[in-house]
Amino acid sequence: MAKTLFEKIWDQHEVTRSDDGQSLLYIDLHLVHEVTSPQAFEGLRLAGRSVRRPDQTFATMDHNIPTDNPFVVSDSIAKRQIDALAENCRDFGVPLADRSSAQQGIVHVIGPELGLTLPGKTIVCGDSHTATHGAVGALAFGIGTSEVEHVLATQCLWQSKPRTMQVELNGRLAPGVAAKDVILALIAEYGIRFGTGYAIEYTGSLLPNLSMAERMTICNMSIEAGARAGLMAPDEVTIGYLKGRPYAPKGEDWEQCVASWRELTTDVDAVYDETVVLNVSSLSPQVTWGTNPGMGGGVDGVVPHPEDFADEMQRRAVEQALQYMGLTPGTRLTDIPVQHVFIGSCTNARIEDLRLAAAVVKNRKVASGVRAMVVPGSKGVKRQAELEGLDEVFREAGFEWREPGCSMCLGMNPDLVPAGERCASTSNRNFEGRQGRGARTHLLSPAMAAAAAVAGHFVDVRQWDLEQTGGVADGTVGSA
Amino acid sequence: MEPLVRHKGKVACLNRVNVDTDQVIPKQFLKRIERSGYGPFLFYDWRYLENGEVNSEFELNQPEVQGASILLAGDNFGCGSSREHAVWALRDYGFRVIIAPSFADIFYNNCFKNGVLPVTLKGDSWSRLEPYFKGNERWMTVDLERQEVEICDGMVLSFEIDPHRKQMLIEGLDDIGLTLRYQRFIEEYEQEQRAPYQKVYG
Repeated sequence: MAKTLFEKIWDQHEVTRSDDGQSLLYIDLHLVHEVTSPQAFEGLRLAGRSVRRPDQTFATMDHNIPTDNPFVVSDSIAKRQIDALAENCRDFGVPLADRSSAQQGIVHVIGPELGLTLPGKTIVCGDSHTATHGAVGALAFGIGTSEVEHVLATQCLWQSKPRTMQVELNGRLAPGVAAKDVILALIAEYGIRFGTGYAIEYTGSLLPNLSMAERMTICNMSIEAGARAGLMAPDEVTIGYLKGRPYAPKGEDWEQCVASWRELTTDVDAVYDETVVLNVSSLSPQVTWGTNPGMGGGVDGVVPHPEDFADEMQRRAVEQALQYMGLTPGTRLTDIPVQHVFIGSCTNARIEDLRLAAAVVKNRKVASGVRAMVVPGSKGVKRQAELEGLDEVFREAGFEWREPGCSMCLGMNPDLVPAGERCASTSNRNFEGRQGRGARTHLLSPAMAAAAAVAGHFVDVRQWDLEQTGGVADGTVGSA
Repeated sequence: MEPLVRHKGKVACLNRVNVDTDQVIPKQFLKRIERSGYGPFLFYDWRYLENGEVNSEFELNQPEVQGASILLAGDNFGCGSSREHAVWALRDYGFRVIIAPSFADIFYNNCFKNGVLPVTLKGDSWSRLEPYFKGNERWMTVDLERQEVEICDGMVLSFEIDPHRKQMLIEGLDDIGLTLRYQRFIEEYEQEQRAPYQKVYG
């Protein structure tokens, strides 16, 4: 029978099925971080259970690590949580990339970077952005802490099979338009819950032209459309990316794996339960104006009027959002000033993202009154950026150059935006209070964030670069 | 886990769509390593003013809904972050049942692990709840066994629920203990079924 990519991976991992239709799914890789795991380890301890497969479990510290000096945690509750993870990993034999490890970083950055994330695997983590790993053709999804405990104890999860949705992305990106703009535009178009209950497979003519980092940005935000998983079939780009990574298979094993990965595509006759299509060729760079990732649009547009929305609940939600964001309908997005710029997060803190941002700020200065920071996604990303001299480019422009972590994406560490101030952020959520109580978050791409830092307000990076340097606009940046 | 079979309770309404888990429990409370004690932080930024005083305008702060154990919420309740702390906070505050036209997936799953029943009611059934939103009615009974919500005037609204999850909740079962009965299957799987890329390298 013809199968989709998702169905192939699902079927391969079904240990058994219960009478009432739930599948016991085998989990190949379990990623763990400090925030959603302490209660799970405690549960194991109380029940006298062990971790079934420590060799298929990998932990890191990312959410509440300070990014100025990771070793000085002044928040005693955060410190307790960091210490708890170290102790739990020691007690249960789980490998841990802690603060002093060269492999430490945001869990969704280091998985692929270390070659732990591989096509065909089932991957879970107590974190909703686990869909990121789907970019290599893995079935990866976020789980709650009870499920973390369940996977630790059994290496399996009971799941009901989600429906399948194809998201077909067609066309080519115009210069200055990024993968981030694709996913933001998709969610703006179809809403923040069109993916609820589905596993998304991204397809279409755009994909072969995307780097792995760009693919990860898109899969990462699948959850912002409601989908727990977002996958892309592995291709030569995927295989080239994974080859030689520390935990990737080697030698004959590698050849065997590559051969099986080439089978990991949706069969021609396979049927998805649902299909949505987006043509990306005419997209503008996106900026959100509201308090969920679907409340956004092209930077060349304006803040909408609540009356533009047909549904009454929607109108109310938009009214509330504009009130929280301190925005007036009709305001041009490029007229909105920013006080903070955050380049980082599991969505956009890979080396390719930093290259794009650096190209924009090179030989320029951060506008006065703007606090801008770059938080690399991992130690690996940081090392590579420093080798390329990107840290100098950012520092010279007036950016802070930080240590890896989740940082201002959710402000669990000291990196917060004060109430009433605006942040241009390359992260994934603009919910009320996400970056600090009363903080106003605008989501955008790394190049757009960098340009906003220099201009002090949102700018259309396409025009800006054409007029001033041609850097991003001629398409030569970021392909290195 | 405390079983849930039939629950009569006072109803509180939160008439907003897309309530995300960052609102249910803001991030500063995720640093704790305990599973309990999150109730005081539920809806923190809405419930309290910036100076720490109780926000008298917030729905759950109204005197008539104190002691509520059933929450009526809007579409796509619990979207965003996977934090189970959101359910822990709702449960610790006193909610056993949450009723909404739709839920986000991860949140929905997390409810069942903590003895909280999420009930999906749409369309006609949902509109029958209007007296509660208007504040004219305050009590209802949720019968999980029969998959029914008994509202005012003896009206009964039925709901769908996955049989496996229903049973777990009714019996208050520990998921892990149940799965360990399948240990033999898991061992067999590990020995026989694995594709080359499922091996562990490093």
